[in-house]
Amino acid sequence: MSHKVIIPIGPYHPLQEEPELFRLYVEGEKVVDIDIVLGYVHRGIEELSEHKHFDQVPFLVERICGICSSSHPYAYVLAVEDILGGEAKVVPERALYIRTIVDELQRIHSHLLWLGLAGHFIGYNTVWMWAWKYREPVLDCFEMICGNRNHYGMSKVGGVRRDIKDEDIPILKKVIDELAPAVDMFKGAVMDDPVIQARLKGVGILTRQQAVDWCVVGPTGRASGVNIDVRRDDPYGVFDRVDWNVIIEKDGDVFAKTRVRILELYESISIIRQCLNKMPKGEIDADIKDIPAGEGIGRVEAPRGECFHYVRSDGTNRPIRHKIRAPSFMNVASNKVAVIGGTISDAAITLAAVDPCYCCTERLAVLDRGSDKKVMNGWDLIKLSQEKTEKLKKSRKL
Amino acid sequence: MSIADEIKDKLAGKIAHWHEHSAKRIYFSINPQDIRGAVSFLFKDLGLRFATASAQDTPQGLEILYHFSFDETGEMVSVRVLIEDKKNPQIDSIAPLFKGAEWIEREVWELLGINFIGHPDLKRLLLADEWPENKYPLRKEK
Repeated sequence: MSHKVIIPIGPYHPLQEEPELFRLYVEGEKVVDIDIVLGYVHRGIEELSEHKHFDQVPFLVERICGICSSSHPYAYVLAVEDILGGEAKVVPERALYIRTIVDELQRIHSHLLWLGLAGHFIGYNTVWMWAWKYREPVLDCFEMICGNRNHYGMSKVGGVRRDIKDEDIPILKKVIDELAPAVDMFKGAVMDDPVIQARLKGVGILTRQQAVDWCVVGPTGRASGVNIDVRRDDPYGVFDRVDWNVIIEKDGDVFAKTRVRILELYESISIIRQCLNKMPKGEIDADIKDIPAGEGIGRVEAPRGECFHYVRSDGTNRPIRHKIRAPSFMNVASNKVAVIGGTISDAAITLAAVDPCYCCTERLAVLDRGSDKKVMNGWDLIKLSQEKTEKLKKSRKL
Repeated sequence: MSIADEIKDKLAGKIAHWHEHSAKRIYFSINPQDIRGAVSFLFKDLGLRFATASAQDTPQGLEILYHFSFDETGEMVSVRVLIEDKKNPQIDSIAPLFKGAEWIEREVWELLGINFIGHPDLKRLLLADEWPENKYPLRKEK
């Protein structure tokens, strides 16, 4: 493989996070190899974290991702609370419920975001508009609870920063209740649609063995039959006190990943509803002053899978090491198997199926193997993918 | 038999230090030369999932923790190795055992300068191309 680097400058989009460059090597229509280039937004947050005191770090790690901005600070505070003896021992009951509610609201908005983009990639712009329309009230809930639509600023070591007011609970319940029929509609419109099935079934398959070998996490793993979910396996918040199911699919293709995410929306709705009903009154913060020397691991099930934080303290007011591993770090690498062997028109949706951020597919470039010249960019690929759906629709006279 | 007992049983004699921080957090130390055998046992025989590795510059040397998750019980098993030679730090790569370790070893190599022997493709992952050679951002002596 050539070492020549070609970066498509056109599709840079400063509003999106997680830029990556996927260099696809193709022969005719078929993808024969892929190069994944990371590091465009490497901000040295692990090093920065060593220069902040324990209470400042949640604000820093929240900014790792604008979509999982509850998962990173939550995993971090769990790691610090692990040093102190565990979340359940340290954090007041009511704060556990609030953490769980915010975490699940985040999953709903993230899955809806993905569903919309996936629809757009395969030329179903109605799905895109619908999904984002139903995501709006969820973001409004965040604004109501946390004061922000993104970057919630809720988790702190020992509790949460803001309480959920009594008068807000009926509004939350209403949003959640209205969301359930919308998900019903998605389930019908997306999962029963013959063209969507033709586009997504058997595409971008990651087998169970490959999923284990690449150590993938979250919906990417669960769609391949790997039975993992941190919420059940290593419970935090109140996930062990509410009824819910882990969604597992076997096929490992893009359709299975879509199914997992749509069905998980129901579970999240159910978890939030139960939490709102069971939430006790009381304190929301344990007011922790000092962190003793020691090391701790915190992990949460982010919308994309296990988010892992490791913190070591030497007894001062700052961590001496803070290791962060986001779920996409494991999932994106598995594209090496999911994309190779498929066609170029399926590449955009396959790369998007692990739910990296939007811009990841924007940075696609198709190279001709002989000359190493760029022949297509991300937009061309999305167009190609949309055209394939149109052809399928026509051939079925839809 | 619990996962902890199986590890103690199989790796007896190789474990230098065993520490159970809580019911679900197990840490143990081994010699760097035993790493591939130990990881192979954890990943292939016991079926643990590799979460990630975290490396750190300490006064005693460069330390790597390999974090494994046993998802049936929610236990985290972290294997600790200490590489004392800071001038020429190296350890066997675990990437030939399974694909999921490739990226994190590339990251540790570029950020702390630990050479992973036998890694299939040890090149930069996150740092910019212009970053100088032999300068490691997470080393403490700067």
